[in-house]
Amino acid sequence: MRRRIESLHHGRPVPGLSPGVASGAGADLALVGRLLAGDETAFAEIVAAYSPLMLHIARGFVSNRASAEDVVQEAWLGVCRGLEAFEGRSSLRTWVLAITRNVGRRRGAVEAKELPWSQIDDDGNGAVDPARFRGPGDPWCGGWTEVGAPVPWSPEQLALDGEARRLVTRYLDELPDRQRTVVALCDVDGLGVDQVCEILGISPGNQRVLLHRGRARLRQLLEDYYGRGEVHP
Amino acid sequence: MSESALTCKEIVELVSDYLDGGLDERTARLVDEHLALCPGCDAYLDQMRQTLKVLGSVTPENLSESTRDGLLAAFRDIRPPQPKG
Ligand SMILES: [Zn+2]
Repeated sequence: MRRRIESLHHGRPVPGLSPGVASGAGADLALVGRLLAGDETAFAEIVAAYSPLMLHIARGFVSNRASAEDVVQEAWLGVCRGLEAFEGRSSLRTWVLAITRNVGRRRGAVEAKELPWSQIDDDGNGAVDPARFRGPGDPWCGGWTEVGAPVPWSPEQLALDGEARRLVTRYLDELPDRQRTVVALCDVDGLGVDQVCEILGISPGNQRVLLHRGRARLRQLLEDYYGRGEVHP
Repeated sequence: MSESALTCKEIVELVSDYLDGGLDERTARLVDEHLALCPGCDAYLDQMRQTLKVLGSVTPENLSESTRDGLLAAFRDIRPPQPKG
């Protein structure tokens, strides 16, 4: 099962299910036709393909993973019951994601946990510990100190299939809610800025700040893990 | 260094937008100029690229098997197979 999900996400696109624009209105309508006819295989495929993304969206509105799973389940039931309403004006994926967002928002309001998406997430911290830069009075004020400057990671440290992915997966989970949601949607799921802003109801400026902070934090955590190296020329 | 040159401290706040092509032309050029001369910021940029690459390779979690099975059962209920023709 795990293998299959992976291939759906990273492998060749499944016709009509590929993220992005490749599917097209015709493919979407054909797929909806199969669903209307009670084609369970088609349903199983679309559930496997879209649910990870839906979980990321849902998690942006509710307080934990279990609630997010409930939201996605409810959204799929809404999709099943509402199929006749799909007219192909937007892509099927966009339609399903909007339903997920609406269910998530409702659930978040019930939990009284709705994230303040409209607020800018400015914790006042920079991307990097300020102690790593030269202070005022130094002719190179704002430049890296000798021990503060980043040192390139070695190729072994970056082996994609090994530790780095496991670490980033864990660190991503530990990010503040809004940062995690934006980073997951943009950098894991590959959604465009417009779509992320629309789904979450945030401005492009806010989206950029959240993305910047989340990415900076993940880089920092990786750097902490790998160590900064003892010597810097 | 010209008056408008950026410091390393400023560069790290711009790297995310820089990689997304979100900087205006002038600022992007200032970042380029800085990176060409600063190994520290160049390493930072490269680490950020690597971080994004790893993020892109993360396999997102899917629904639990029990939720998925429940959904398939619900689908059979809501949308029973229609006879062809
Ligand atoms: Zn620099």
